[in-house]
Amino acid sequence: MSVESWGRAFGYDCTVDEPDRLSGVNLVASSSRGTAIHGCGRSYGDVALNDGGRILRTRHLDRFISADWETGLIRAEAGMSLGELLAVAVPKGWFLPVTPGSKFVSLGGAVANDVHGKNHHKVGSFGAFVTDLGLLRSDSGRHTLSKNNNPDLFSLTIGGLGLTGFIEWVGLQLVPIVSPMMDVENIPFANLSEFFDLSGQSEEWPFAVAWIDCFAKGDGLGRGIFTRGRHSTRPAKLVAHPEKPGLSWPGETPGWVLNKFSIKAFNALYRRRSGARFCGQQHYNSFFYPLDGIAGWNKLYGPRGFYQHQSIIPPEAAQEGVTEQLRAIEAAGQGSFLVVLKSYGTETSPGVMSFGREGVSLALDFANRGARTQRLLRRLDDIALAAGGRMYPAKDGHMLPRTYQTSFPAWQDLEAARDPALMSSFWRRVTETGAKSTA
Amino acid sequence: MTSKNKNYGLVVLGATSSIAEAYIRLVAKERGSNLTLFIVGRNAEALESIAADVTARGAGNVVTRACDLADIDDPATLVAAATGELGTIDEVLIAYGSLPDQSKTQTDPAELEKAFQVNFTSTAIWLQAFANVMTEQKFGRLAVIGSVAGDRGRMSNYAYGAAKGGLERFVQGLQHALAAYPNVSATLIKPGFVATPMTAHIEGRGGPLWASPERIAADIDKAVKRRKLSVYAPWFWWGVMTIIRSLPAAILHKTKL
Ligand SMILES: NC(=O)c1ccc[n+]([C@@H]2O[C@H](COP(=O)([O-])OP(=O)(O)OC[C@H]3O[C@@H](n4cnc5c(N)ncnc54)[C@H](OP(=O)(O)O)[C@@H]3O)[C@@H](O)[C@H]2O)c1
Repeated sequence: MSVESWGRAFGYDCTVDEPDRLSGVNLVASSSRGTAIHGCGRSYGDVALNDGGRILRTRHLDRFISADWETGLIRAEAGMSLGELLAVAVPKGWFLPVTPGSKFVSLGGAVANDVHGKNHHKVGSFGAFVTDLGLLRSDSGRHTLSKNNNPDLFSLTIGGLGLTGFIEWVGLQLVPIVSPMMDVENIPFANLSEFFDLSGQSEEWPFAVAWIDCFAKGDGLGRGIFTRGRHSTRPAKLVAHPEKPGLSWPGETPGWVLNKFSIKAFNALYRRRSGARFCGQQHYNSFFYPLDGIAGWNKLYGPRGFYQHQSIIPPEAAQEGVTEQLRAIEAAGQGSFLVVLKSYGTETSPGVMSFGREGVSLALDFANRGARTQRLLRRLDDIALAAGGRMYPAKDGHMLPRTYQTSFPAWQDLEAARDPALMSSFWRRVTETGAKSTA
Repeated sequence: MTSKNKNYGLVVLGATSSIAEAYIRLVAKERGSNLTLFIVGRNAEALESIAADVTARGAGNVVTRACDLADIDDPATLVAAATGELGTIDEVLIAYGSLPDQSKTQTDPAELEKAFQVNFTSTAIWLQAFANVMTEQKFGRLAVIGSVAGDRGRMSNYAYGAAKGGLERFVQGLQHALAAYPNVSATLIKPGFVATPMTAHIEGRGGPLWASPERIAADIDKAVKRRKLSVYAPWFWWGVMTIIRSLPAAILHKTKL
């Protein structure tokens, strides 16, 4: 069966297994191409795909194992999505310590990609809040991992792209809330240096992120809207998000609809909408997960899909590096719809393969226009690499092996700790391990 | 009668079924710590994981019991255990079942017998046993999962279909008998295609006719609360089955349905 990545730029033929309980998980595939673990399928590229091999879907493994609603410590099976967790936790006064921009992400996927959120500058990545986890390996059975228990395998599993074994369950420390609302400020800024000023001034805000208009030129390069927020401390009824998305993208959008002009128009409207200068309260669902409200938004880019590009550049080189990346996009004339800029803090997660680190991250998406798009993506890689940065595997579908191996020097440790039964299209691609790689 | 702030005792037979598990979560979400569950199935480990899950979701108390529900010595033992744990029983859902391989039932009489034992005989025995408790209590809600397959005998699954069809007749009679008890009801839920382990082998799963276990659970919830006699789940199967039931045999027999 053909399985697509969220970016839809590629779909691969994989056999699919979807066990109903943990006891039904079998890691050893009949295929020599091994097994990739697949959660909610929201990775943009190929980290959770396995062309010609097997994928093991975790969506039915969605049970709580335990929950202490006095302390906010939960353990749940790896296929539970962050949204499913929030639906239960929010009414009891608890929230995720770190959340990416979609709640349709599994706990296992959040660990395997050591995801980050708008509060990275304050608290680091998801892995920092993982108290322990259950790992099933094809060669050595069940393990319970934590900072004190087999710490090496624990820190390779967090951010380990699902390759160190099958994550059966995740222990997570939640954070208390008294309201589902967020206190939010949106502030337009005129150029990149204003972004850096605002970032500096927003140190006290737990959540901060910026949206950028990638068509602004010259002095206005990097203009956009800065958003900062915090959980409201005024007690309010703890209402979780609605179960169903409000809208559904009507279907495939013809590829030409999203072009330079329509994106320009969108950007202009987005900057001028009444919410651009906003100071007030927003429900966590619209603050953290604006796109979750539109089911199937990934079809927006038409049948050829799209690529994401997310890089992070260390603080010293950040302003220059991001400027260069924005110029490269301008020169290529390939607009990006959602351009997100964010300052990251020191990484606190134990993950050795995690993407997050101190610096500034630029996230972009580009409609897939073949070779032209590939050239631009490579150019952006090169700029990040030259500045000492790296790209986010969960979003990647194009990186060259050399790029990956230079920017994640510990990759050989992960290869050494990889469960011999596990493999992914991404790992084959960036490590060039080829078919010999699975047992 | 269904006040959310009152203790509520729910018995689920076949609690490891995907539809039943979705239903248990739904009821736990609504009733929270007022819910006491007595869940039965034959996979002890799976029952324990469901118990841990609904406890984390806020259910008050969960008692598990592992046994083969098709193999009944004396139904009174289990019924007594349930009433012992719950005090009074507000609701019973019977959800277990199995989809036999039709072609095997045509060559192996033991398979045919088993299909009836699981999907009809034992189910009817449990229904009657719990109905007796409820008429004694003078309140309660019985719910049992039938199938659209019971609406008309068709070559592809008439062993299963006959068992589910027989169940429908049984429930119909039981409903008649319960008419004297205004606060006791029996509801038959007839799902169409549901994406669960039972149908994992069916090709082309996932089309517009397929429903999720969560959807069926929500339909069960509505029907039981309204004390409906019989509902299709989702509702549109009413239309589909009306057509299938009214097809002349001469036409039906030309198909492979
Ligand atoms: N799926 C559909 O398309 C569909 C359509 C119409 C009606 N239904 C009906 O819906 C009900 C629930 O099925 P489902 O779809 O949720 O499938 P399911 O997840 O496969 O559930 C069936 C359950 O029945 C249990 N079971 C079977 N024989 C048993 C026995 N002798 N003792 C104890 N438990 C037994 C199984 O237990 P184990 O896990 O231990 O095997 C399993 O948990 C069934 O009555 C089925 O006939 C289903």
